[in-house]
Amino acid sequence: MRIGVLISLVLWSGAAAVRAEQPADIEAALAATARNEDASFAGFSAQRGERFYNASHGGDWSCATCHGSDPRAIGKHTVTGKAIEPLAPAANPKRFTNPAKVEKWFRRNCNDVLDRTCTAQERGDVLAWLRSLDAQAVR
Amino acid sequence: MPAHSHRTAGSLAVALLGALAFAQPALSGEARPTALTPEYVEECGSCHVAFPGRMLGASSWNAVLDGLDQHFGTDASVDAATLASLRTLLASTARSKQTTQDGKPVLRITEARWFRHEHDEVPARLKSGPDAISLSSCGSCHREAERGSYSERTLRLPKKGVQK
Repeated sequence: MRIGVLISLVLWSGAAAVRAEQPADIEAALAATARNEDASFAGFSAQRGERFYNASHGGDWSCATCHGSDPRAIGKHTVTGKAIEPLAPAANPKRFTNPAKVEKWFRRNCNDVLDRTCTAQERGDVLAWLRSLDAQAVR
Repeated sequence: MPAHSHRTAGSLAVALLGALAFAQPALSGEARPTALTPEYVEECGSCHVAFPGRMLGASSWNAVLDGLDQHFGTDASVDAATLASLRTLLASTARSKQTTQDGKPVLRITEARWFRHEHDEVPARLKSGPDAISLSSCGSCHREAERGSYSERTLRLPKKGVQK
């Protein structure tokens, strides 16, 4: 009986792990991490996220270099020229629904733009801004 | 039958013969599986077209995979499990002949000897000037590059003065 419960629990958590998440879930997880990283964490700011997204942080590139100044429009890889699907969830519902993918791309792209990893605060600010955008993309 | 019909039939025959002559695999003699698996396309086809394994030899692919954290100026690192999976796939689909230069594995497909040979007939106007295109933007001419097909049949050179 107890083993049965245990097995169900394991199966249930496995199912939960592969369940597609929503951008709000990803933001909530980032908030938990941010609180862990900094006890004085006081929430995310869309305004700060927009500034962060457009800043070059002392290097050659910003997030906007490839994702475009309007993340609801299609971006363009600055090295290869390949099209990049819109980053804002309103324009592309697949964005920020897979935690592993979010983790992978923040890791890679923060290294490229900032030459370091981004804090949970920074990631959450950017996501808060992206989530605040409505679907009216500028073409 | 009017004379011009003969001419049309004649040029059609010439065109067909020409098409047959070019119908061989573009990657001379390489008939290995394309193997653009969903994982491969996801991991290696987000920033550029997913290049079929047959474009580089195994030692080149291993060198590329060993340097993914600094992949031509960007961080393209993957987790250990993905890396192992990509290594297995590329080992089984790599070009049978190594792609080396001065004894070192070539990292850029455009620097492989077979590639330079296959592209030595690219018209001069596409190599420099206003119509120039990068040899690394496969899809500019190879319309089926996204699907791993580079046959001459699907090859279309951009027209003069047309923006890519």
